[in-house]
Parts: sequence; C-alpha cells; structure tokens
Amino acid sequence: MSTIAEFQSRLEQAGYIAEPGLAATLLLFTDMQRPLLVEGEAGVGKTEIAKALAALFDRPLIRLQCYEGLDAGTAVYEWNYQRQLLAIKIQESEHASADEKERHIFNEDFLLKRPLLQAITQPESPVLLIDEIDRADEEFEAYLLELLSDFQISIPELGTIKASSIPYVILTSNGTRELSDALRRRCLYHYVDYPAMDKELRIIQRHEPQISQKLAGQVVAFVHGLRGLDLRKKPGIAETLDWVAALLRLQVDNLDSDPALVAQSLVCLLKTKEDRDALTPEVTARLVANSV
Amino acid sequence: MNTAHDITVQDDAGETLVARITEFVRLARANGFQAGIGETIDAVRLAERCGALNARRLRWGLRALLCGNVQDWRRFDQLFNAYWGSNRESRSSRVEAAPGSRPGARDGQSPSSRLGLPAETDQAQAGEDGDAGDVGTRGGASAQAATGRSDFRSLTAADEMEKLERLVQRLAQHMRKALRRRWHLAREGRRLHLRHTLRHSLRYGGTPLEPVFSRRRRRLPRLILLLDVSRSMSLYSYFFLRFARGVIDAFRDAHAFAFHTHLVPISDALRERDSDRLKEKLAVISLGWAGGTRIGESLQAFNRQFTRSLLNRRTVVIVISDGLDTGPAALLAEQLQDIKARARKLIWLNPLLGRAGYEPLAAGMAAALPLLDVFAPAHNLESLAALEPQLTKL
Repeated sequence: MSTIAEFQSRLEQAGYIAEPGLAATLLLFTDMQRPLLVEGEAGVGKTEIAKALAALFDRPLIRLQCYEGLDAGTAVYEWNYQRQLLAIKIQESEHASADEKERHIFNEDFLLKRPLLQAITQPESPVLLIDEIDRADEEFEAYLLELLSDFQISIPELGTIKASSIPYVILTSNGTRELSDALRRRCLYHYVDYPAMDKELRIIQRHEPQISQKLAGQVVAFVHGLRGLDLRKKPGIAETLDWVAALLRLQVDNLDSDPALVAQSLVCLLKTKEDRDALTPEVTARLVANSV
Repeated sequence: MNTAHDITVQDDAGETLVARITEFVRLARANGFQAGIGETIDAVRLAERCGALNARRLRWGLRALLCGNVQDWRRFDQLFNAYWGSNRESRSSRVEAAPGSRPGARDGQSPSSRLGLPAETDQAQAGEDGDAGDVGTRGGASAQAATGRSDFRSLTAADEMEKLERLVQRLAQHMRKALRRRWHLAREGRRLHLRHTLRHSLRYGGTPLEPVFSRRRRRLPRLILLLDVSRSMSLYSYFFLRFARGVIDAFRDAHAFAFHTHLVPISDALRERDSDRLKEKLAVISLGWAGGTRIGESLQAFNRQFTRSLLNRRTVVIVISDGLDTGPAALLAEQLQDIKARARKLIWLNPLLGRAGYEPLAAGMAAALPLLDVFAPAHNLESLAALEPQLTKL
C-alpha cells in the first residue's frame, strides 16, 4: 500500500497534477473499488482524472458520454439487426430447426457491445468513465445504479453476463440536475475546485514547457483575479491553457507590454457577451497591474 | 453499529478508535450527511488501513466516504475539526448543525448548542422557539408577522385544500407535455423498433409481419414557483403556499422557493407528509418572514445558486408577487431577463391585479412587465382557476 505522496508523483508521471487531498481520495478509490463521483465546475479537469488513472494503471479507458435519452441500445448492448436479418435469409435454404436458427442469430457474433458491457467483459479491470451523468435522465441513472451494485448485465437472449473484472468506475457531474441520493450513497465523492495558484502554475508549466516563469506567474495571477470577479462563466483550467497557448502564439512575453493584444486574446477566457462587456479596458488594466 | 464492532474486535485497531469513528459517523449523520451502517463499516476499515495516526489520510478518506454533494464537502472540514479537535481551529468554532434543508433558522441562535444533537431534538427545540412567540420576527409590526405565521400553520387545515388540489391536478393533466428524447414502444410511431420487430418476426420464420414502433415520450414541464412572502403579501401567502404544495405533489418535477429579503428553498418542507412535522418545518422557515421585500436581490440569489441546475428549455417559471420592491427596479429587470433567457415561459401572478383600480405602476412591476409571457391576477381560487387555459396553452 503506497503513501499519498508516492501516489501523487505517480499521478504526475501519468500527466495529472493532483493535490494531496485528491490523491488520497483516488488511493482510497483504487483500494475499495467503489465508484467515484467527481463534481466540479466545467473545465477543472474532472475527465482528466479518469485518463490519468487509465494511464497510471496501464488499462484501457472506456468512456460513456451521457445525454438525455441515452438508452440500453447505446449504453449497454445492441443486436446487430442487419446481420441477423441477413443470417435469417441465408439460413432459409438450410434445414435447421427454428431453435437452432434462433440460437444462431442470438449468439455473441451478432452482439454489439456498448461501453458498459465492454467494461465488465474485460480480462483486467479497465477504467470506466461515465461522463456527465447529470445529462442522462433518471431512468438511466436507476439502471446504472443496479449495474454498479451487481456488476452484471442480463441479456434476455443470452442470459446473465457477470463481470469478469470489476472496472474502476468514475462518474462526473456538472450539476445541471440533482443526482439521486441512492447514486450518491453508492459512490465515493470528490469535489474538484478551481486549482490553487501553485497547482495551476505547475499545470501550465507541464503543458507548455517553453513558457517563461514570469509569464506563467502573471497568467495564473490574472486568471485568479478574473475568477474573483462576478462572472457568468468562470474560466477553468482548460481555458487557462488555451489562453497560454494563444499568448505564446501571439508572442506576448509580458502581460502589460501590449494591452490591445492581451484584450484580444481574452476570447479564450471569456465565453459570454456579458462577461466580455464586464471586462472593460479599465478592469483588464487593473487585473494586469495586480498580476504583474 | 454492532456490526462495526464485530468486524474489528479481533483486529488490532483499538476499541476506542472504533468507538470514536462510529461516533463521528453518527455525528455526521446528525448533521445531515447521508451516512448509514455501511459507511460506518467502511470508515472503520479505512481507519485500520491507513492507520488512525495518519490524520490527513483519515480526514481525506472520510471526506470521500461521507460526503455526497458540494454542501457536505464544504462543511466537512469544520465538522472534522470540531470532532477531532484540530489545533488549527479552536473548538469553539463549532459546526452549524442545520443542514441545507432548514436554512431558515436564525443566524443568531448559538450554533454550538446544536452540535451533535440528534436531529429530532433539534427540531423540537426549533418548534418550541416558534411557539414561544415572536422572538425571531423582523420589523415592528409583530401582529402582522404573527398572522403571517399562523397562516402558514393553517396550511394543513382541510377546508379549501381539496378544491385547490383538484385545480392543480387538472392543471397537471392539461398542461401541454414537452417532448422527451426517450423513446418507448408503441403500435404506431415514427421509428421502427428493430429489436422487437425482429423478435416478433421469429414467429413467422423471419418475415417481419408484426412491426413494432417506438415514439417519443412526453412529460410535464418543470415548474419553478417563486413565492413572495413579504409583509405586503401576508394576506395571500398561506393560500399560495397551499398552491405550491399542491403543485409539488402533482408535478413530478417542481421546485418552490419563498422570498422576502432573501431566498429560501421550501420544496423539501412542502413534501413533508406528516402534518405535525410540516408545521414545525414551516414554522422554522417562516421565522422572520413578512418583513420587507427585495425581489431583485432574491431573484439574483436564485440565479446564482439554482439557475444552472434548475432552468432549461422545458421550465416554466411562475413568480407570485405584488411587485412592491424596495430594491432597485433595474436589478429586478436584469434578473428577470436572465431567467427568461433560460426558461421556456415566465409567468407573473399578481394578487393586486384583482383589485379594482389597480395598475402595475410600482417601479419593480413596471420594469418587469415587458419581460413577462403571462401577467395575470391571482387573488383567490377563482382567478387561479381562470388561469388554467392560459397555463395549459403554454
């Protein structure tokens, strides 16, 4: 059993910079093999956690993106109807009994495995990412709950398929809908907040190694100042990284050198008209002055 | 809790530790965390595994285990510190025991007295407070405030309740249902359901004689009720609270909020089936009601906290208020604009509109008027019933 610090550095090697609290949660998560529900604002790196874990364990990452109306056919399995129909046609000339024919067209060759079925039929535990579970409807959530407690899927034509390995399940939610208490109870929970300054600095340096120490510091201070304002959509890490890339492309090496250019590049951080309007040149200048 | 003991008696983790962890989980439960016996067992296991001496790991592990949402998450450290007596925070900074479901509790009440009390005692205490008189009400007009509260109490009286319920049921039945993206089986429909068609075709040697279709489901729109319970509305608030309760019962997806100078979610309280506990809950919530009105600020609070999770294109928002706002009208208009941009319909019911000679001239009301999809009177049951065709048309 490894320690938090060790796990943290392993995560960092896998490309994810986690604070000790998150590392401790993930350590517990891998230990207990209970699903983990990760919540947080958009763009704070929830999905990245799953990717990093998959890389760390060297296991496949199976991803299920949720949306309203997601059903068993897209999430669990589906029969390949076209092939089945063809097979029935081909068999017409053969003299097989109806039973044999049925067994033939409902065999695994005709089964299309969707993410959830894939995840439980792997030889080694994969990482299963169920992304934005709040976008799926209650019916799907209820089904998922059953799957997460039994890890088996029953297909009427084939029988029950038991998990050959229990996947590491990570669910993410953006909070567009209240999740059921049952699901919350089933899962470990972690809330990912906007990163602290030093963490964000390390993330930037990791993604854009060529950035100067000075600019990186300024960017982080600026973005933190921005998050302190009353904005509609606060910029996440993803936006910060976009902005850094833009600044590097524009060859800005100091935020206060060219206000006009910096103002233009803010499209990377501000995603609504109201926020654009709120950030007048004066406000921008003040934020820049505070961060330089 | 015995189970937890049984598991660990033979292990080397000390009995006291097990007892302390068990006690901590119980405290968390009393503070509104979703923690049962399963969590207790897991917590004890966790403590054994990481060694109780490793306080940081214990803290983070328990946090992942016991928290279920952001509110829990934000409260957890305080609870942990208070119980395990961290040096960084003094023991006196105790945890506010009231969870999100009872946000109406007064700020002045000393929180330390509530820590660790089982929820029942806590409520009983609050109930007594309510009975004791107008300790917590704002403003000078205590008589008015008292009527306000007794109105809410009479919410459970049965006289007009039935009529109101029937009206709401009718609304729920006739409200135009929104299309959903989930499909279900039907004899006729737009899309062929291959799976079932194929299954049925086996009977006919593979010829799909009995096609099965699927069609989209429909469901009721989500309803958000924002009730003004300020003093100027006190004559009506009990009536609308009944209405809100009916709506919450009839619509699967409805949420109610009350506001005066700030916003309070009341859906949970209204869902309470037990009439005594409902009274208690409403008494706790209604403390300090019937004061002034700040509609703009209350809507702003709504927008900040709930817009993202509650408003979508299937949502109908109903504001019930007389529009007598003490805040700036521009703020109100701005916040309504926000709601309108995200919701399907914005309806404003104004009880004053039923009075002869009333014109919506109050600054707040005048500012709101151009933004509304429906602006209608609602001062008694009849006017609400007259609203039915308007609401079902939406």
